[in-house]
Amino acid sequence: MKLDNKIAIDANDIHYTQLNKLIRKAVAEKATDIVIKNVLGQRFIASGLRAEINIDIYGVPGGDLGMFMNGPICNIYGNCEHAPGNTMDYGKIIVHGSTGDASAHSMRGGEMYVRDRIGYRGGIHMKEYDQKKPTLVVGKSADDFLGEYMAGGLILLLGIGQEAPFYGRGIGSGIHGGRIVIRGEIEDKYLGLGVKRLDMDTSLLNEVQSRIKEYCNYFNLDATKLLDENYTVLGPASSRPFAGKYTWE
Amino acid sequence: MSLGSVPLRYKVDIDREQCMRCMRCVDNCSYGAFRNEEGKLIVNSRKCTACHRCISMCPRDAISLKDRPVDYRAHPLWTSEAREDIINQSRTGKIVLAGMGNAKDFPSIFDRLVLDACQVTNPSIDPLREPMELKTHIGKKPSRLEFEETVDGDIKVLNEIAPNLELQTPIMIGHMSYGAISLNAQRSIAQAVAKVGTFMGTGEGGLHESIYPYQDNTIVQVASGRFGVDINYLERGAAIEIKIGQGAKPGIGGHLPGEKVCSDISCTRMIPYGSDAISPAPHHDIYSIEDLAQLVRGLKEATEWKKPVFVKVAAVHNVAAIAAGIARSKADAVVIDGFRGGTGAAPKVFRDNVGIPIEAAIASVDKKLNEQGIRNEISIIASGGIRNSADIAKSIALGADAVYIGTAALIAMGCRVCGNCYRGLCPWGIATQREDLVDRLDIDSGAQQVANLINAWTYELSELMGAAGINSIESLRGNRERLRAYMLDEGMLNVLQVKPVGA
Repeated sequence: MKLDNKIAIDANDIHYTQLNKLIRKAVAEKATDIVIKNVLGQRFIASGLRAEINIDIYGVPGGDLGMFMNGPICNIYGNCEHAPGNTMDYGKIIVHGSTGDASAHSMRGGEMYVRDRIGYRGGIHMKEYDQKKPTLVVGKSADDFLGEYMAGGLILLLGIGQEAPFYGRGIGSGIHGGRIVIRGEIEDKYLGLGVKRLDMDTSLLNEVQSRIKEYCNYFNLDATKLLDENYTVLGPASSRPFAGKYTWE
Repeated sequence: MSLGSVPLRYKVDIDREQCMRCMRCVDNCSYGAFRNEEGKLIVNSRKCTACHRCISMCPRDAISLKDRPVDYRAHPLWTSEAREDIINQSRTGKIVLAGMGNAKDFPSIFDRLVLDACQVTNPSIDPLREPMELKTHIGKKPSRLEFEETVDGDIKVLNEIAPNLELQTPIMIGHMSYGAISLNAQRSIAQAVAKVGTFMGTGEGGLHESIYPYQDNTIVQVASGRFGVDINYLERGAAIEIKIGQGAKPGIGGHLPGEKVCSDISCTRMIPYGSDAISPAPHHDIYSIEDLAQLVRGLKEATEWKKPVFVKVAAVHNVAAIAAGIARSKADAVVIDGFRGGTGAAPKVFRDNVGIPIEAAIASVDKKLNEQGIRNEISIIASGGIRNSADIAKSIALGADAVYIGTAALIAMGCRVCGNCYRGLCPWGIATQREDLVDRLDIDSGAQQVANLINAWTYELSELMGAAGINSIESLRGNRERLRAYMLDEGMLNVLQVKPVGA
C-alpha cells in the first residue's frame, strides 16, 4: 500500500508492539508520511521514535502516545487517553479532540496542541533546558493541578467558548520554573502553592500570540478574538521552593 | 540566644610534640576546622565532621579525635542526640537533614545469621583448583525450555529468551547520581565495573558523556523527576531501572539543591543552572500497579524490547505483595532497598524510622514469589547496608540473585562515613562538586580500589561457597538450609524461613 512516500497502516486488531514495528519499518523505508487508520486504544504509539516524519492517526490512541518521542509530527483525529507526550523530547502532537490525565507529563521539548479539553495534572513537571522549551496549548479547559511541579516551558489555556472557571484547583502547585498563561482573570482560590502572578512581558506576549495563531491555524479558527483578550500569567514564586525547609543534623 | 551552644560533637587534639606544622591539615580540611595563624596551628573543633581527611593526611599521626567529648547527664531515653535534635528544631523550626544510612542502633539480622560448612560427610571444594561459578544472569528465566533436534543432529532451544544482564560476580554498584556524587567518583565506579565485568547504576542524574565508554556496564535510572531522560539515554544503558523508592527515605522524593546544580550537572540532567532539581514523591504516571506495568511496557516499547527493565522499591511492610505485583508487570528484576540504604541527604526522621531491614525483605519476597510460582519471572537484587562478602552470601542464601553496594564502594574511594554528604564539602572529592575537592579523587586509583574490593569479596564468596560444598552461585540462591539463626526470635525465624542454630 505504498503511495509515493506516504505509507498507510491499518491498526485494526493489532497489538501496539506490532503497530510500532510497522511504524519503524515505514520510517526505515524513508516514508515522509504515515497514515494510521482504525486506531483503538493501542498504547505507546510512536514511542521513542526518532524521525522527521508526519503521522496521521485516526481513532482513539491509548496511553502514552509519543512517549520519549523525538521528531515526528502526530496529528490525531480523535481523542487521546492519558499522558500523551509523556517525557517527549521534540516533535509535535496535535489533537483534534480531548486528552486524558497527565497530558504532556515531564515533556522536555516539542509542542502539543489540544483542540478541546485535557484531564487532571496537565503539563505536570514539564521542564526546559537550553534550546528545549516544551509548550502545551489547550483550547477549552483543563482539570485540577494544571502545571503542577512545573520546571519550565509554557502552558497556554485558552478557554475558547467557556465561562470561567474552565480550570480546576491547585494550578501550578509546586511550580519552580516556566509560565502558565490562562485567558481572563483568575481568582486566588484556584492557585496552588508556590505560584506567583506575573506581568506579561513583550517576549512572552510575542510567544503567546504566535502560539495562539498556530493553534487557530491547526483547527481552522479565527485568532483575532483570542488575541484581543487579557491573559493571566502565572510563574514560580521561587526556583528553589524547598530551600528553606531543612536544617542540618 | 537563650538556648546557648550545644557541646562539641567532636574534639580534635594535636599532639604538639609530634606536629611539625606542615599545615597539611589546614589545606585538607574543607570544613575549616584548622587554620594557620602566623605559623601556629589553631583548631576549631566545632567545625569538625570526623571525616578523617586530616588524620589520614597527617605525616606524623599527630591528630586525634574524640567523639562526644562532653558528657550530658546520662539518661537511657533522653540521649544526647534526642536532646540536640530538639534544641536544633526549636531554634530553626525545620526538618532535620542527615546523610548516609540509618544511624539508629537497630540490631543487625545479618549478624545473627551464620553460614554452613562441610565436615566429613560431604566434601568441601577448593576454589583454587576447582572451577567455581559466580556468573549471574539478571532477568527473566523461562519456566521451562523447549527443544528441537535440527537436521544435522544439533539441539535448538525454541524458547525466546528475554534479554538478561550477565554479571561475572553477583555484586553490582547501586545508583548514585552525578550530583549526589562527583563526576570523578562516578567515573571511578564506571571504570571499576567495566574492569570486573559487572554493572553500576547512574542514579537519577542523567548520563554524563564521560561515562559513555562504559555504557554497556551501566543501568540507567528513570525516576519521578525524569532528569536527563531521553531516548538516547534509554538506549545507551544496558538496562533501565525505574526508581519508585529508596531505603533511606521510603515514600518521599529527592531534592538536589540548586547550589549543586553547576553547569555540567545542569547539562547532564537537562535542567536550568542553579534551579532545584526536584524529584517528587510519586511518579506522576504511576498511581497503581497497573500504571507501573504501563511504564515498564512504555520503556520496553521505546527501546524495542531489547533492554531489561528493573523496578526499585524501598523495603516497606508489604514489600512481598508489592514485589509480586512488580513480577507480573513485565519487569525483569525487582530491586529491594533496605532501611539501612545510604543517601546523600534524607530527613533524619525518615532515615532512622521508615522501612524494614533488607534481610527480612529478601526472604519474604523470595518466599512470596515462590509460593506464587513466579520466582523465575524476575530476579531479586538486594541493597541497603551490605558491608562485606558474608552479608552478600547471606543475602543470596535468603533468596537474592545479586546485590547492589553503595556506601561500601564509596568507602573504597576514601569515604569515612561522616554523613555530611548533603553539605557538598566532601574533602574526599566524592559527595561534592567543588572542583578543587573533586580533583582530590584520582579516577584511576579510585577505580582500582573499587575493583579490588569487588574482587576481594568475590574471592571470599567462592571460598565460602567451596567450604559449604557449593560450586555454583545458583545452588546457594534461596538455599536457607545453609543458614542458621543465632538468637533470633521465632517470629523472625518464620519470616526468614531459617532454622535456629543446633536445629
